[in-house]
This record gives sequence, structure tokens and C-alpha cells, in this order.
Amino acid sequence: MEDFVTEWTARHGATRDRLLPLLHAMLEEAGYIDDALVPAIARALNLSRADVHGVITFYHDFRRTAPGRHVVKLCRAESCQARGGAAIEAAAAKRLGVAMGEVRADGQVALEPVYCLGLCAIGPNALVDGRPVGRIDAAVLERIALEVAA
Amino acid sequence: MSRVFVSRDMASVALGADDVARAFAAAGCQVVRTGSRGLFNIEPLVEVETEEGRIGFGPVGPADVAAVLDGSHANRLGRIEDLPFFAGQQRFTFARCGIIDPVDLNDYAAHGGWLGLEKARALAPQQVVDAVKASGLRGRGGAGFPTGIKWQTVLDAPAGDKFIVCNADEGDSGTFADRMLMEGDPYCLIEGMAIAAHAVGAGHGYIYIRSEYPFCVATMRAAIEASAHLVAPFVLEVREGAGAYVCGEETALLDSIEGKRGQVRAKPPLPALQGLFGRPTVINNVLSLAAVPFILSEGAEAYAAVGFGRSRGTMPVQLAGNVRHGGLYEIGFGITLGELVNEIGGGTASGRPVRAVQVGGPLGAYFPPSMFHLPFDYEAFAQAGGLIGHAGITVFDDSVDMAHMARFAMEFCAAESCGKCTPCRIGSTRGVEIMDRIIAERDITAPVRPEPVEGRARASTSSARTEGGYLGKALYSRAPDRIDVSIEAQTNLLRDLADTMKYGSLCALGGFTPYPVLSALDHFPEDFGASAPVKEAAE
Repeated sequence: MEDFVTEWTARHGATRDRLLPLLHAMLEEAGYIDDALVPAIARALNLSRADVHGVITFYHDFRRTAPGRHVVKLCRAESCQARGGAAIEAAAAKRLGVAMGEVRADGQVALEPVYCLGLCAIGPNALVDGRPVGRIDAAVLERIALEVAA
Repeated sequence: MSRVFVSRDMASVALGADDVARAFAAAGCQVVRTGSRGLFNIEPLVEVETEEGRIGFGPVGPADVAAVLDGSHANRLGRIEDLPFFAGQQRFTFARCGIIDPVDLNDYAAHGGWLGLEKARALAPQQVVDAVKASGLRGRGGAGFPTGIKWQTVLDAPAGDKFIVCNADEGDSGTFADRMLMEGDPYCLIEGMAIAAHAVGAGHGYIYIRSEYPFCVATMRAAIEASAHLVAPFVLEVREGAGAYVCGEETALLDSIEGKRGQVRAKPPLPALQGLFGRPTVINNVLSLAAVPFILSEGAEAYAAVGFGRSRGTMPVQLAGNVRHGGLYEIGFGITLGELVNEIGGGTASGRPVRAVQVGGPLGAYFPPSMFHLPFDYEAFAQAGGLIGHAGITVFDDSVDMAHMARFAMEFCAAESCGKCTPCRIGSTRGVEIMDRIIAERDITAPVRPEPVEGRARASTSSARTEGGYLGKALYSRAPDRIDVSIEAQTNLLRDLADTMKYGSLCALGGFTPYPVLSALDHFPEDFGASAPVKEAAE
């Protein structure tokens, strides 16, 4: 991944404002940003390690540990709550066998909170491995569970 | 060969529009992927081109192809624009959304695209700014600041690098207008930004889109690439957020583009004078910028002719949550909340009575049906102790527990606070604690929910106190015997805290979190364990 950082900055620039695009690219490549890479990022963009660490830890997206093989991002915001989101959240945690905000011990699936996907008239909603799913009820939840079991 | 139209909007896809589109393509149809029309209980929607116009069918599934094509399907809706939900709208900004292929330049031009930019380029920058001023357009992100005055400040700033930044970090629950516009008519936003660039002398523009909107990011990037030659020498770039709600605050957004933690800056200096990279910057919401092409092409008078009081033009209102006809309804200001929720929205989706609506996202107030006479207007809402915000209306039925919603508002603020100012960073956590005490006391003394309460006084407080994790420690670190946990004492403490947050926070996140909390307390005191409505002044 260190080579990835140097190659990316060579191609896209190494000014400070490239930090977020670089972190997004690393997320895309590896699924998470390893703390061990902070010195390489800091070197490439001529920033302090503390500065880079500060940015990575500020943003919810920049996870620092490996994600599950499948990721279910379930909306917890008001509009989904108004449509029974809390019950679906509890049912999803039970069916998938993982608590909200955790990766299941076998690494197969992670259940992550998300605060609004902008699909507020068709909730409860989720992003399943990046694919939007609306109007989640028991049947849809079962389909999601079978999908992420594969 | 039939020509059919199927939405590629993220909400339509979430309901299965991709499968429907594939089924029609497999049946030999020419499938055009459009944005969404904006009414979600008829999605997935298919429109078939006929001699009488585009005839809609919805909701439909992949198995319905034959019945749709021979016109016999039970969910035949006729012409979409004739449906009551659409016939009553005034679509200025969303005129093309759901009709055209979003990234087809010819389609955009054929539907009045680029006329505003052409007109603007024939005018001097000051004349363009004057037109925006005359339209009465106010910032659609929520604050309602006059757009023309912001532009004037940037135009008057010394020449040099200037920037146009579009705030597309639409994080408020219950809002999706920015997302729909960027997915359904991206050139409209690009045109608005190009007009702004001409008006203030900017050479570079950024669109900051939240990462929760992957479809927007893809559509805007494709549209920017395809239209680069039309807006040149103005250059546009998409920047993707990273899951921080506070980056919707304009100065936090600017810091985020600069590659920093998305922390709020103190104002002044105003972004209009020292914004992105310290340069004069126009930073506007998607809907503000997307309203500009209409203002230039149709004239400022045509825009200002619609509206109510000092709120001019139209507002794309978003009906969300537990509502039967959820979707996007663009209408002139002045329509009442009740008309929007009951008549246009058709009440709740669950069929139960409406108990509360939250207007303006997580920082907006909760209103009971007794306040449905309120006209949709910046000033009227401010006077009623709320805000229009980004015009999202989230409907709740009578199963909602308003104390839980007040707790959620504090919890959300604690999770999303940027940490720069104390009232927001610490106050929100203290607010969660207070709400937990109120809910615990309420459930002991007057259980409004059917859950059985085990043990005697404070049993549930102590069980909550044993919660693990850092949050549990932070929340319950104080000795309980030093705290007066009576509902009255805690309610007074909550009001005191809300006051500190409202007047002491640096930005709207901490400053407006008291709106949902106090409105819930004022309008639904019974959920907070009070027997009679406590009608005391907020300040």
C-alpha cells in the first residue's frame, strides 16, 4: 500500500487538499486505512503524522480496521425511524448475528449505522455492499441476510 | 419498438427499477433512464411513449412487461403530469427532473437548457447579480440569506482567484431534493454554477457531495466531463465527503475541501471574503444554484411573482417518513403545513393519525397537528420556534415517543459534533444523560408505554448506569445521589442546557439541536412525564 500512496500522489498531485481524495482511493483499494500507513501518507503530502491521524479519525468513513466481507449500512435517522426503523435494526442485528456498529466474529458481515441515504419516503433503507435497498420489512431483510451469507 | 422511460434515481433503484429496466430491454424496448418524477408510492414507475404522450404505470415489477406494453396493467396512471400530486406543483427548478435523460446534453438543450447561461453571458457581471437580487432568491440550504447579496460581496472583493462552491452535503434526514436534482438534472446545477462564476469572476468550482450519495457522485462526474466545453474556461470538480454531517456547515465544508478535519470556522471573516484557500468564495446550496438558470432565462420578475412575504419563488418541499404520498413537491412559499401533510401527502402511510411532523431535518422543530395552519415561510416558521431548513417534512404517526426523539436529537449531535466548541461537544452528551433520566423517571412514575417496569424507584436508572463502553462511563460517571432526578428538576436543567447550546455554540449543529428537543418538550409534555401541558416561554 505504501507504493499505492506514492503512485497515487505522483498521478494526482501532492498538495494538502488531495488528502481526502487519497484516503478515499485507499479505502477503495484496501477497504480500510491501516494506521501503519500514516507515516507514508504524511511523507507523501508533506504533513505531520498527527495531522493525518487527526483527519482520518475525524471522518466516519475512514475506517482503520478491516471491514466485513459484506457491509450492510442501515439508516438510523428520523425518517427511517418514523417508518419502523428501530424494529428493523433490532431484527437485522438478530438475523445477521452482529451488533450495530460491529463486524461479525467470522468477518463475513458488518452492520454499520448510516444517518440518511436520502431515500426518506421509502424507508427503512440500507446500502447493501453499496446497493440501495428500500422499504425493508421482514421479507426484504431475509433476502439481504441470504445475500450476505454467500 | 416501444420507447419506455424508467428512473435511475437511487430511490427508484432501491425499489427495483434496475430489474424493471432490464426486463423491458430484454423485451426489445428502447429504455431511457431518467431521473425520478418525485412521487415514490408509484415507483418503480414505467412511462411508455404513445401518441397521447407518456403514459405511466406504477408500481410495476419485472413480470409486468407484457401487461404494461399492451396497456392492460391495473396500475395504469395515465399522463404523470395530470396526476393531482403533479398538477398542483410549480416546477421551476425541477422542471426537467424525471423527464429527460440526465446526462444527455441534447435532451437538456431541447428542454430549455443553457438559455440562462447564454443570457447571463450577454450581461455584465453586475447585471447578473442584480437579477439574482431582484428575484428575491434566498439560500435554500436553510439559513435563507439573500443569494444576490452574497454574490455582490464576492463580486466586490478584489480580483484574483475566486471560487464557486456548491454545498451538496445534504445530510438532513427527510431531505432528498439535492440528491434528486443532481441525479435527475445535473446540467441544471452546472449551469447555475457557471452563471455564478460569470457573475463574480470565478474560475474554479467545487461540488462537495456526501459519500452516502454514490449515485450523485457518479452522475455529476459524468455530467461535468460531458459539459466541460460548454462552461469553459470555468472548471468544475466533485469532492466527496466522508460521512461527517457537520461538513454541511459551510465553513466546515471549506476546511474539508482543503483536506482538513471538517471543523467549523469562526465568522467573521465571511467565506465571501476569505473562503476556500483564503480566497473570496460563493458557497451556495444545490437548490439555490439550480434556481438561477430559471431566474436568468425567465426573468427575475417571473421568479419573484411567486411566494409569500419575504420568501420569494418556489421551494422543493420533501414529504418524508411515515407519509402516504411521499416525494418531492415544488411549490411557491405560503402553502400551509397542513395542506402539505394531509392533502398532498395524504396523511400517514400506516393509516394511523399524524402525531408530529419534524420540519427541516435533525435540527428542525417538531410540530403537532394543532400548528398545521403555519404557512411555509422563513419568517413564520422562525416565529413559531422552528425553521424551514432544507424543507424536508418528516411525518410521524401516534406510535412515536417524543422523549425518545428528543434524546435522539441530542445523541445525533453528540455523534456528529466537530468538537470545536464546548456547548455542542459536551452539552449534547449531557443532554443525552438528562433525557435518559427523564425517560427513566417517566417510566417509573407514569408508564406511558406498556413495557413492564421492574423493581422500584431508580431501578432502571441503575441498570442503565451499568452499560458498558466509553459512552456509558461518560454518561453515568457522577454519583446519582448528588443529582435531583425528579422530572421537574431535570426538565429545568434541560431548558437551561438548551439555552447554553443555543446561544453559545459556534454553528447550527449545537445551536439548533435545542429546536427539536424543546419543541418536543413544549408540544408533547405528556411524553416527558408532565401531566398537564407546560406552556412557558422558550426564552
